[in-house]
Amino acid sequence: MNRRLRELGFGLLSFVAVLLAVVLITSLPVAALAALLVLLAAWMAFTRVGQQSWSVTKVGIATIPQRLGSSSVVVVGIAGVVGVLVALLSMAAGFETTLQETGTDDTVIVMRAGAQAEINSVVDHDTAVVVSQAPQVLHDAAGRPIASPELVVVASVPKKSDGLDGNVEIRGVGLRAWALRPNVKIIAGRTFQPGLRELVVGRRAAAQFRGLGLGSTLKLSGQVWTVVGHFDSGDSHNSELWGDADVVASAYRRGNSMSSISMRLTDAGTYEALKASLTTDPRIKVDVLTTRQYYNQQSERLTQAIRALGITVGVIMAVGAVFGALNTMYAAVAARAREIATLRAIGFRGMPVIVSVLLETMLLAVLGGAIGAGLAWGMFDNYTASTLGNNFSQVVFAFNVTPALLLSGLKWALAIGFIGGFFPALRAARLPVTVGLREL
Amino acid sequence: MKYFHLVWAALFRRKTRTLFTLLSVLAAFLLFGLLDSVRMAFTNASSSIAAASRLVTMSKLSFTMSLPKSLLTRIQAVPGVAEVAYANWFGGIYQDPKNFFPSEAISDNFLDLFPEWQLSPEQRKALHDTRTGAIVGASLAAKFHWKIGDRIPLQATIFPQKDGSNTWTFDLVGIYHVSDPKLVSQENALFFNWAYFDEVNQFRVGSSVGWYTEKLQDTRRADEVARAIDALSEDSDHETKTQSEQAFTASFISQFADIGLIVGSIMGAVFFTLVLLTGNTMAQAVRERVPELAVLKTIGFSSTSVLNLVLAESVLLLLLGGVMGLVMAGVVIDIVRAKLGTSIPLASLDGGIWLRALALMIAIGLIVGALPAVRGMRLRIVDALSGR
Repeated sequence: MNRRLRELGFGLLSFVAVLLAVVLITSLPVAALAALLVLLAAWMAFTRVGQQSWSVTKVGIATIPQRLGSSSVVVVGIAGVVGVLVALLSMAAGFETTLQETGTDDTVIVMRAGAQAEINSVVDHDTAVVVSQAPQVLHDAAGRPIASPELVVVASVPKKSDGLDGNVEIRGVGLRAWALRPNVKIIAGRTFQPGLRELVVGRRAAAQFRGLGLGSTLKLSGQVWTVVGHFDSGDSHNSELWGDADVVASAYRRGNSMSSISMRLTDAGTYEALKASLTTDPRIKVDVLTTRQYYNQQSERLTQAIRALGITVGVIMAVGAVFGALNTMYAAVAARAREIATLRAIGFRGMPVIVSVLLETMLLAVLGGAIGAGLAWGMFDNYTASTLGNNFSQVVFAFNVTPALLLSGLKWALAIGFIGGFFPALRAARLPVTVGLREL
Repeated sequence: MKYFHLVWAALFRRKTRTLFTLLSVLAAFLLFGLLDSVRMAFTNASSSIAAASRLVTMSKLSFTMSLPKSLLTRIQAVPGVAEVAYANWFGGIYQDPKNFFPSEAISDNFLDLFPEWQLSPEQRKALHDTRTGAIVGASLAAKFHWKIGDRIPLQATIFPQKDGSNTWTFDLVGIYHVSDPKLVSQENALFFNWAYFDEVNQFRVGSSVGWYTEKLQDTRRADEVARAIDALSEDSDHETKTQSEQAFTASFISQFADIGLIVGSIMGAVFFTLVLLTGNTMAQAVRERVPELAVLKTIGFSSTSVLNLVLAESVLLLLLGGVMGLVMAGVVIDIVRAKLGTSIPLASLDGGIWLRALALMIAIGLIVGALPAVRGMRLRIVDALSGR
């Protein structure tokens, strides 16, 4: 009874130890992990037990080629987990950055109260005039407010990939749109001329949809429009087609009402004052957001959903990989039972044995993690995909495999390796010497 | 079958190893169940039989543009059209944008075209008689704990009321059910009367509608009827695009993401890992048992029997773990549904998913068993017994 109680206590204790270690590995910053690694190296170099651990580890690593098949289970299993995890999270990161880079703190967007997205919003001419006369709006050299009344409509255009119709966003912009968004550069052709049915096409949209090359024509609302240029903004505007707001409005019979007004502030600090004055103005009913707030809101839901999916899939796969690693390492320990028992018989303590099995597993795990992260990076970094954004139109974004994601992938690998190595290590160290010596 | 106990005993010869392998197989098929359920939820959405008998007419420019109401009588007159209804997207928000669900204003006869949504005649009459009445799907009602008689305030995103207010309040008069488990995601919407929409709306929508839905007299004439409807407004400023409801849903979904590609690549990674892992286990198991297999051969088992025994063992391993994984996936799906309603697209684990999973289990079992099994079959008794 007493012995079973002790076993139970030991089991619980080791479980808690593993849990602690996993939390530690996944939550510690890189610098702390690196410091731990240096400490470990120092311990191995300068203490007697450490030196013993190192020599036992060397034996373990040297015998890996003899059990290549089973060791590759650890490597491939963990590569799979890390690869899938990094790929899915890089999709979320890519979408998030694309939308977040579209917004800044010193530009604001004004929409009808409650509209949530530009496609839902209608702002009439009087409101537009009141809004752009706010004193917080920056004026250009000629003394005109840097404000762009914009009209967002959606058109169906066949996609290059499958020929099915996709929704592309057409943004009618005011004359000051270029001063408002200095990051937007014409990369081919020229800009549209005010008053004409001409369009400039975002780089991503041009790549996604058919018939948006320079000089090609497009039938919108029964009229023929010409593509006269391509632009690159580096953000989600790249998925849009831009034309003169007034011409778009007349083509879509919107009179002189717009969807939104975007404006540049004299200073990011004036936002609160602008918001207070516009939302309390009895003549108009509007919502005022910095463009950063607006585009963050737009990316929030999808980003969270993809992250949740990535982590769920990652956790389930990680559970599978942990059992694979356990299998492999138990087998490895069993194969080396006699050797380990011999070491203990000639005076080695349990510690070097535990450390060596753990180190070996984590080495395999890091190798797997690096392969998985490398594959995800090679296959998916800058891979472009698109989804339906809040304006009911396609938003193209590129997967973004960031260094932070690669690191967190490696941390997952370390954590899986730790769990997979810890229990076999314990068994190896606790196996009675006499049993071990008889083993084969 | 008479050797079942032999296979079983061999499988659990090393309990820990078999247990760990079973658990990895379980994890892989749990994932397979969940992902295939997501994939099916998207496929099902565009493949119902009822949807094939309906056409949707929308503006050719984009589905966010409205169509004139004057088209109604002209579409009605097109040969092959049994009935026409119309609707408009409302896009209301309940409490928080995160609670998103579709809300639509529908014409009086709209529900006649959707027999798959079951609503009792009394509730249907109540919707007709209550100006501010609305009906919701059963899973949506369950999610927000709504019951008949509740007042549901929605924030308008597109249509403020005449008095400038953004809050539309609806009286819940009915809850509809969808009995086909494949279409259960359609229980996640709110519908209300066109008359109320038209009357209180700040914008004059009286003369325009969002889209028309037509019921066909004969499904086989769908293309012909669709062309005839589009011909009505050809070269006007409101050209239409008519397609089957299936085709519309499919193209709408394809705009969200290439679900097939994402799910497919994850499954590929999962199963590749799984094959390697169980393959390794089987190889180990056979390597350890070489002398035992030799004994079997000595007492008269043929080489083919040994081959079959090893294959059976690996298939059994996959089946045990896989079935447990799928059962677990079913439990997870039920829990997610109960907690979150149908807003997360998950189809029930139906026969199709089970069949695909079982086929995969057997196929993977055979693949990973093949090499060790052949090895067992080719054993030379003398060598094996002497441990060479």
